[in-house]
Amino acid sequence: MSAIRYRLNGADLSEEVAPRLSLADLLRERHNLTATHLGCEHGVCGACTVLVDGMPARACLMLAVTCDDRQIHSLEGLRDDPIIAALRDSFHRRHAVQCGFCTPAMLISARDLIQRGRAGSEAEIRQGLAGNLCRCTGYTNIVTAIAEAAKTVAAQGAAQGKQS
Amino acid sequence: MKPAAVDYARPRSLSQALELLARPNTDARVIAGGQSLVAMMNLRVASPGLLVDIARLPDLGSVTEEDSTVFYGACVTHAMIEDRVGPDPSQGLMPKVAETLAYRAVRNRGTIGGSLALADPAAEWPAVLAALDATAIIEGWNGKKAVACKDFVTGIYETRLGAGEIIVAIWVPKLSPQARWGYVKLARKAGEFALSLAVAVRDPARGYARVVLGAADGPPLVLEATSRLCARGRVDAGAAREAIAADLARAADRQFDTFHRSLHATAALRALTQATQVAP
Repeated sequence: MSAIRYRLNGADLSEEVAPRLSLADLLRERHNLTATHLGCEHGVCGACTVLVDGMPARACLMLAVTCDDRQIHSLEGLRDDPIIAALRDSFHRRHAVQCGFCTPAMLISARDLIQRGRAGSEAEIRQGLAGNLCRCTGYTNIVTAIAEAAKTVAAQGAAQGKQS
Repeated sequence: MKPAAVDYARPRSLSQALELLARPNTDARVIAGGQSLVAMMNLRVASPGLLVDIARLPDLGSVTEEDSTVFYGACVTHAMIEDRVGPDPSQGLMPKVAETLAYRAVRNRGTIGGSLALADPAAEWPAVLAALDATAIIEGWNGKKAVACKDFVTGIYETRLGAGEIIVAIWVPKLSPQARWGYVKLARKAGEFALSLAVAVRDPARGYARVVLGAADGPPLVLEATSRLCARGRVDAGAAREAIAADLARAADRQFDTFHRSLHATAALRALTQATQVAP
C-alpha cells in the first residue's frame, strides 16, 4: 500500500491505496462517485474521463497512486461550474442524452473543448469528441448541444479559466 | 480488466530511478504518462513487478532551446507540444502531429519519450522524430548514450533501449524557416492508430530531406529514393510514384498486402506533395 494525499472535488484527502488501484476504481468504489463510468478500461471509450489538475484524463489509465499531490475533479465536483451549467441546460433542451452512460464524460470533454476554444464549428466539436464513444445517439444532438453551450458561454463571457 | 498486483516507487532523482531499475529480479518498468502501459496492464498483456514513476522527475518535463536544437525532456506531454509550450524546432510539424495523436485526455498525460520507448509500430513519434533527424538521449546506470531516432526502433516494440535504461531527452534539430514538411495520417477515425503514416521533411537551407513511413509493419521506414526526390523540391508525379513503389518493393522484410501497399503509396505521395512542388 502507498499513502497518497490529494484534493478530490475540493476536499483534501489522504489515504492508502494499492498501486494497482485505478483512479476510476478509487472514485467509484471508495468514494461512491459513480458519475465516472467504466466502459472499456483501456482508454478507448472515454466514459471515465475526469479532470486531473484541471485537464481531462482517463481515470482508467491513471493509477490512484500517481495522483499523489494532484487535484481531481469528477463530474460531481463540477456542479457549480458555469460551463457545466450551460452544457447541462443545452444537453437537456437538445435531448443530447439517451442511455446516459457516456454523458458525464461527454460533459467533461465538452467543457474542456469550450474552455480551450475548440468548439467553434461542428467539425471541430466532432474532432474533439473522437475520444468519447456514444453508442445511442449518433452524436448529432450532442454536437448541437455543445455548439449551443459554447455560444451561451461566450455570451456570458465566462469561457476562460473558471474552475471550481 | 484490472492490473495484476504491482509495486510502485516514485524516485526523487534520475540516479535514484536508474538505481531502482538496476536492481536484480524486480521486473521493473518505467512509467511516465502510463497511457499505453496502464492499458496494457489492465489487459494483462503487461504485468511488471515494480513501476518506477519518472513523470515528475526534475528536468524531464521541460522544453529548452539552444542555437540549432530544441531539447524535449522525455516526459513532455503530447498536449504540451500541441499547445506549443516552449519553442518549436519543426516549423509547425510537431504541434500538428500531436494534435492527431489519440485524444486530448490521453495527450494530457502521454509523453513523447514514452511513445518512442514503447515503439508501437503505428505510433506517430517514432516516424516523425526519424524524419526530423532527432536524437534520443538515453541514460543507464553505466552511462549515457545518444541514438539517432532513425535507428532507435529495431522492430515491433523493439528498440535500442537496454535493460535499466531510460530515455531522458529528445534532441530535435531546428528546421530553417524555408523548410517545408508534409504529414499524412490515414486512419478510419480521428485519434486512432494509423493505418499508414507518412512524413516528409525538406530543408534546402540545411541540404536535408527525408521521407519516412510509419505504421509500416515494423520500425519507421526511411524511403531512400523518395527522400532523394524530395530534396530536389520540384517533383514529377510519375517519378514520385515510381520512387515510392521502388522504396516499398525494396523493403523486403515488410509484409505489405495490396491494401496496405496502396495506403502507404498514397500517404507517401501526399506527404511528398505537401513538402515539395509536384508537377502533375
